[in-house]
Amino acid sequence: MRWLGGAFLAWGVLAGTAWAEEEATRIGDPERGAEIFGKCASCHEVGQGAKHRVGPHLNGIFDRKVAQFEDYNYSEGIERARRDGMVWNLKNLDAYLENPKTLVSGTRMNFAGLKNKRDRDDVLAYLRQFSANPQDIPEAAPTARKREVELPPEVLAIMGDPDYGEYLSTECTTCHQVDGEYDGIPVITGWIEEDFVVAMHAYKRKIRPHPVMQMMAGRLSDEEIAALAAYFGALE
Amino acid sequence: MKLNRRTFLGTGVAAATALQAPMVLGAGKPRVVVIGGGAGGATTARYIAKGAKGAVDVTLVEPTRTYYTCFFSNLYLGGFRELSSLAHSYGKLASDYGINVVHDWAIGIDRDARTVSLAGGGMLNYDRLVLSPGIDFVDGAVEGWDVTAQNKMPHAFKAGSQTELLKAQIEAMPEGGVFAMVAPPNPFRCPPGPYERVSMVAHVLKERNPTAKIIIADPKNKFSKMALFQEGWANHYEGMIDWINGDFGGGNVSVDPDAMTVTIDGEETKVDVCNVIPAMKAGRICEMAGITEGNWAPVTGHTMQSRIDENIHVLGDACAQGDMPKSGFSANSQAKVAAMAVLSALTDSKLFPAKFSNTCWSLIDTNDGVKVGATYEATDEKIAKVDGFISQTGEDAELRQATYEESVGWYAGITADIFG
Repeated sequence: MRWLGGAFLAWGVLAGTAWAEEEATRIGDPERGAEIFGKCASCHEVGQGAKHRVGPHLNGIFDRKVAQFEDYNYSEGIERARRDGMVWNLKNLDAYLENPKTLVSGTRMNFAGLKNKRDRDDVLAYLRQFSANPQDIPEAAPTARKREVELPPEVLAIMGDPDYGEYLSTECTTCHQVDGEYDGIPVITGWIEEDFVVAMHAYKRKIRPHPVMQMMAGRLSDEEIAALAAYFGALE
Repeated sequence: MKLNRRTFLGTGVAAATALQAPMVLGAGKPRVVVIGGGAGGATTARYIAKGAKGAVDVTLVEPTRTYYTCFFSNLYLGGFRELSSLAHSYGKLASDYGINVVHDWAIGIDRDARTVSLAGGGMLNYDRLVLSPGIDFVDGAVEGWDVTAQNKMPHAFKAGSQTELLKAQIEAMPEGGVFAMVAPPNPFRCPPGPYERVSMVAHVLKERNPTAKIIIADPKNKFSKMALFQEGWANHYEGMIDWINGDFGGGNVSVDPDAMTVTIDGEETKVDVCNVIPAMKAGRICEMAGITEGNWAPVTGHTMQSRIDENIHVLGDACAQGDMPKSGFSANSQAKVAAMAVLSALTDSKLFPAKFSNTCWSLIDTNDGVKVGATYEATDEKIAKVDGFISQTGEDAELRQATYEESVGWYAGITADIFG
């Protein structure tokens, strides 16, 4: 466990202050993560000899493109993420663990998500040991992460104005069908509002990988995202 | 008031409402007339009717009963779509939204009296008029060509019979024949359209007639998605396409529809098919209304109101608005701002800051789709670009296929958004 050595205490101290655009960082406590991984282990194996179970094995997942195993049958949602060029980097893994269906609509991973940031960090620190070169210190790109602001509770608490949302929604319905039909373009009606908000912020920050959506979300304010969530959430 | 020659589509209820309309002048319900049933006009009519919930009387004037979208008509030329898949009717706008759909030509607008006269003899009163008539061609733009030549040298830039004709001509080309395109100067409907069309023609010829050639006479030196198209042409259709740009005399063109010749910078070529896409202007009704400056109708982006008459909103290809390309997506986007502005003027609904967006997908060959898009906002001066993206050269085949599949989904989405 050399990579938990003293150098990382210094990185940890920096975490609360301004980071450079992209910095290597200690993820979390892998030993605690090993315990939390128990929640995942009924579907996923990791480590020497790991095989696909309900979900694919997780060896070497860091910095791998999504859906790379030919001997595993992925969901359409995950396949779409692969076509969009998504990579399992730290940001995406973190977002996926927080709420799988928010990052990848249509994934079969029926897991409510780890809402606690520290839990996710620790699980990812554990998983990180089974990807290439964890002993490289300081860590290279796979675990470098851009500075990222957690969505503050007040952003999640914004009550969207559904009238404004209805107007804003007209930009969405040029592509997304209001009757909820999936026709090559994902369904956006009937989402839980918070999931919708998190997904739109993930596009806005270019964590989710689609150029049209990154552009559309990029200019929406927190209030506008909340308004859209309120409007679409109420549509069946 | 002659109403007997007007034609209606839709339910009896909708027709009856329309017949009553001229009689309720001053009787309360504000009236909106929308001219043009394409991506701009039909969307505006639908959003006004939807938002007003019966409080506004909406009449849509459109000559054709079956509307063929110009967007995706290149895919029909390439054999990727049936023409019937591009056909849309106005039944739902009438039955589900209570819009009075009048199949007639608008032939005159009296801006002082606020009336629209129809070719069939009827007259419509309006409180707000929405003009979304699309494009017409500039007379004399291509020497030797006028609209009477369109059956020999089709433009196919309004979809339907022109598109069918062009497809038949391409398929009837002799072995090793020549397809010529006269490309238009800026600005014009669907900036990537001529080049997607060339791609689709090349796709057909590669399969049916691989020694045939394609010549493009173009007054411009660059065009939308140029790097992507040129990469695609080199990859899929090497040696087939000759693009003669403005620097090489591509703008110095005349045609002879009877002799089927094209003369580019003094050099005459015998061709088998000639697709003439002339310079464009706003649909003629805008000129008749006296709201054009030059070839287009200037508008403010905040509300899509004409800068010449605040009771008229102009959108889609016909308006001069600023940075947005003339596209079905843009027209649909502008329609929502226009609908919001009309509703806010005529009812107590809110006016929000205008937001616009556009994305144009193009197909280069089977499963090789590319896209370009941007977001826009209204400034006092114009509709101004905020942010944008474009597909990259060298993208892998899977991403290109995903882009194409996304465009198919977009077509389903936008046509549902336009026609209900």
